[in-house]
Order: sequence, then C-alpha cells, then structure tokens
Amino acid sequence: MKRPAKNFQWKHFANYIVISVLLIFFAVSSMTGNLRSSGQYLLEKIGYSMILAVSLSMLVGFLGELSLGHAGFMCVGAYIGGKTAALLVPALGNGLPAFLIAMAAGGISAAVCGVIVGLPALRLKGDYLAIVTLAFGEIVRSLFLNSSPESFGGSLGLTTPRYDRNSLFIIAFVVVLLTLAAIQNLLRSRHGRAITAIRDSEIAARATGINVTRYKLMVFAMSAFFAGIAGVLYSYANQTVQSSKFGFNYSIEILVMVVLGGMGSINGSLIAAALITYLNVKLTKVLTGDLAVLQNLVYAVILIVIVIYGNAPFLAPLREKLDLGALLRRLTRRNADPAYRRDDEKSWARVPTKIKMDELLSIDTRPEDNRAVRLNGDKPGKGD
Amino acid sequence: MAEYVLETRGLGIRFGGLKAASDVNIRIRKNQIYGLIGPNGAGKTTIFNMVTGVYTPTEGEILLDGVRINGLPQEKINHMGIARTFQNIRLFNNMTVVRNVMVGLHNDPRYRSGFFTSVFRLPKHFRVEEEMRSEAKKLLELFGLLEVRNELASNLPYGKQRKLEIARALATKPRLLLLDEPAAGMNPQETEELMDTIRKVRDKFDMTVLLIEHDMSLVSGICDSVTVLNFGTMLAQGDVETALSDPEVIRAYLGDDN
Repeated sequence: MKRPAKNFQWKHFANYIVISVLLIFFAVSSMTGNLRSSGQYLLEKIGYSMILAVSLSMLVGFLGELSLGHAGFMCVGAYIGGKTAALLVPALGNGLPAFLIAMAAGGISAAVCGVIVGLPALRLKGDYLAIVTLAFGEIVRSLFLNSSPESFGGSLGLTTPRYDRNSLFIIAFVVVLLTLAAIQNLLRSRHGRAITAIRDSEIAARATGINVTRYKLMVFAMSAFFAGIAGVLYSYANQTVQSSKFGFNYSIEILVMVVLGGMGSINGSLIAAALITYLNVKLTKVLTGDLAVLQNLVYAVILIVIVIYGNAPFLAPLREKLDLGALLRRLTRRNADPAYRRDDEKSWARVPTKIKMDELLSIDTRPEDNRAVRLNGDKPGKGD
Repeated sequence: MAEYVLETRGLGIRFGGLKAASDVNIRIRKNQIYGLIGPNGAGKTTIFNMVTGVYTPTEGEILLDGVRINGLPQEKINHMGIARTFQNIRLFNNMTVVRNVMVGLHNDPRYRSGFFTSVFRLPKHFRVEEEMRSEAKKLLELFGLLEVRNELASNLPYGKQRKLEIARALATKPRLLLLDEPAAGMNPQETEELMDTIRKVRDKFDMTVLLIEHDMSLVSGICDSVTVLNFGTMLAQGDVETALSDPEVIRAYLGDDN
C-alpha cells in the first residue's frame, strides 16, 4: 500500500496558506498600530462573509440545491448566539469561553433549522425548493422582529457584547480556516463523492445505493451550522443584531458570492466573498442619501451579467478568448502534449468539478436527451 | 437459498385508472441471463422500476432470494443486491470515470468510514480512499476503461459510457444485475462486444442478469430464456425460440394481417 504522504500536493493547501499569510500580515500591522478600526471592522466582515459563502457553496455548488434563505440561518445563529453571549458575559467575562459557548449555541440552533428546512428539500427540486428556503428566511426574520423586547429585543434589535476589536478579526479568520478545513475535508472524501453524485444524478445515486436522504440532511445541517457561526461572529462584530439585516437581499448577496466565485469552487467563493464585501463597504460610502437604493441593484446586475456571460451563445467567442484556464494551459505549455490529462490519481483530494447555474434550476423538468432512441450506429457527436 | 434469485408473483401496478402492468410472473434462476422483451410501451421499464423500488407495486410481490422486497426504498434494494443501468445513460457526468465507480463502492462494508473520520482526516480515511481507488481500478481494467479513468464521464464515447454504467452497477456488489436496453444506439460491432461483456460479467462475477432489449440478435445471442410483454401482460415465456415463434408474439410485433 502506498503511503498517503506520497499524494501530498501543495496546491490543495494553497488557500489555507494564503489566508494564514494575509492574517499574519494584518495581525502584525494591527499590533504596530497601522490598521485603523474601520480596517479591522472590514476584515471581520470579510471573515464572516467568507464563512457564509463557503457554506452556501457546499449546498448550492456541490449538493446542487438552490437555497435563497441562507441569511435566515445566519439570523438564527446571530440571535441565539448573541443572546447566549449577552447572558454569559456577566458571569464568564467577555472572553473566549463565552465566545465559544455562544458559537456552539448559535451553530447548533442553526443546524437544527437546517434539518427542518432540509426535510422539504427531500421532495422539492430547483426553483420550488428555492421558494421554500426563501420563505424560511422571511419567517425567521419576522419571528425575531416580533419578539418581545426582553427576549430578543424585537424591532429595536438585540444588544450583544462586542469582542475586543484588536483580536476579533484574528479570531474570525481562525474560524474561517476551521470552516474551510471542515468543509473541504468532507467534500474531498467518500462523503463528498456521494454528495456530488446526488448533484449529478439523484436517480442514479439512489440506484447506486447512496442514502440520498441522509446526505441531503447532512449537507443542509452542516451548511446551516456554519451560517449560524457566521451569525455569531456578526453579532460580536456589530454589538447589535437587527433582524432587518437578514432579509432576502442579504441571501442574494451571499448567493452572488457563490455564483461569482464559480459554482463548485471553494476558492472562488472565498475570493468573491472578500471582493463583494469590500465593494459593499466602499459603495456604502459612495452611495449616500437617495442613491443608497442603488446598492441593492449592484448584486442583481452582477448576477445577471454572470449568467448572460456564462450562457449566451453570441458571447461564446469572447468566453473562449477570456478563458483563464486555457490561458494558464497556454502559459504552462500543458496543451503542447495532447496526451496531457489531469491525473485524477495524484489529485485524489481535488474537490470535484464545477457546474453551471442553469444545471441547478428545474433539474428534472428538462426534457431527457433522447440518445437511447437514436437509430443504430447513429452515435451522438462530441458537442452533444 | 431460494430456488430463484428473482421471482415476481402476480406483479402489477396501476397509475390511477391505467393498468401499466398486471399479473407478471417472472422466475430467474442463478446465473441465468434473462430477457424481457416486447413492443414499445409494453411495460418493461415499469417492471424494472418496480423491482428496483422506484415504483411501489399495487399488486403482487417481488422476491429476491425468497425475501420480499416490495416497496423498500431504492437504496435499500440496492444494498440487498440489485443493481441497474438506465435506458438513457445516467452517469455522474461532472465526475471522473474512476470516481463514478468509487461512488458504486460507497456502501461496501470494507470501506465504511464515518463523517468525523473524513472531517478530521483520521488515518482510516486515507487507507479507505487508497483501497477504494485500487478496487475501482481493478473493475475499470476489466471493462477496458483503465486508460480513460481520469476523463470526465460525460467526455466518454457512447459505448464506453454504457460500459461505465455497468461497471458502476457491479461496484455495488449485486446478486442481480438489471440492464435497461444496453444495446440501444450501438452498431452491430459494438453490440457484439457488449454481448461478450455481459457473458464475461456473468461468469466472472457469478452474476444473474435481467435485461430489456429490442435488438433480437442480442436477445437470441445471449438470453437463456425470455418473457414477452405486451400492454403490461405476459404474452409468452420460455426459451428464446419458442417464445418468439408464439403466434401471439408475432401478432403483437407485426400486427394482425401477418
């Protein structure tokens, strides 16, 4: 038997390394006083956005279920975790123990909600499931909005403790690393294969003996768990939890991160999360007064542009020209060798491939391809 | 051990007022290659779907080695030993060939490992991954797919996709293999190759095969016995020649005037 270490490849750990290096850089500049508190706040925001994007990416890009209620899971985490923290801080002090317990409380309560939303997901597909998750997000939000002022603050919002500014962004990024490790490790295992198999063909996955129910609930719960954790970070970063923050627009914002990063690409989601959060903060500064309405428009425009760019037939030549992968291959001269294949064996831990947005929607309502009824010998062409 | 690997007794299903199949009695002995034939819409795939748990039969029962399996969920039926392929190929298109087969090995008791084994990367995770991969490669070699193991399943030519589907089904270690029109869309040479593959599978894996097919050269070439269906009922049963020369069968295929 071969030693696992033989398969060790640096590129699988590149994302951890990049995040760690950036974290150390910012931590040092913060300690030497070169990072203003607005910068620290931005980093905290980027941290929990990354967690949200990666967890939604697992649900949308790998399990293939479109969810428009991710902000709802975050809302549950933010309120439950924030409340736990508010109750614990007087007793334990505003330190790590209270923070960790709040994290666990927020994450687990969100995971329970994930299972509850996951149950209809066993029967619904594509657009229909998207509507159920959308409804879930709105229900959770209005439940907290209408709570009594003593319990969850009602319309005034819940006041939560704030962690020390100088260390919260560091903790946030450590949590990002842990989230990344958990999700990537799961996806790069037999469980991840089962999950992507369900995405590619649920019927075939069942016939191959995959317990679809179990895996769908597992992914919904895990995705919601990390969204809940992001919610707790949010509550610690903002001192107050307002239910209006977790509306439909925020769910779309997270979805835009996943789509912009490329569905089924974890690293893409990370980069897109950082970009969009940065853009968001800058836009808030630029678009003031009446122009603030335009901010929500930006996500819609980005989403529409991506979908058109990725699918429109008349843009095909442009897509080929701008294909980053092809460019990389040209640069590294990989296509000089026609026998070149990406060796699956060496990259056993590679996260599976990407899918397109339209593959998610109405998966089973599209007409079957009728290969089977073709005449004998009439084989389908390459472009089929 | 029961006498028959698969036995259906008075099997039937109704969709509302439509009787898609009724009183179907099929008995398949171990190591048989059994054909299920009939004109389009005769209910062949419906029977496959009942046997594999996609539909729950409304009448009769299905016995696998004497154990009743009606109405069990699909994955449970697969765990009990029935694997199938599909009329329109259903591979995991965005995954490589070797990973398709590894999904088939997912429930092998030797390769069980839990959620936390994978998340925390315990040593068992690495061992299981290595073993699954080498097992999958062995299977692929048998089907002549070892060379293309790193290709995406959707990039394979048609004939190889069919073979990969059979390999994936076999990876689940079934007792009974169900093939739904394996030769559809194949030219005579590919069909010939497929017949060899099916025979090889039966001998090597000690397998029992039930197949649906329209290509009569394949049916008469490899099937030990057949059942002819029309409008959801059985017209004839027995060895291929007797069944196909049955006047009822000829009428069903060619019409009354002949």
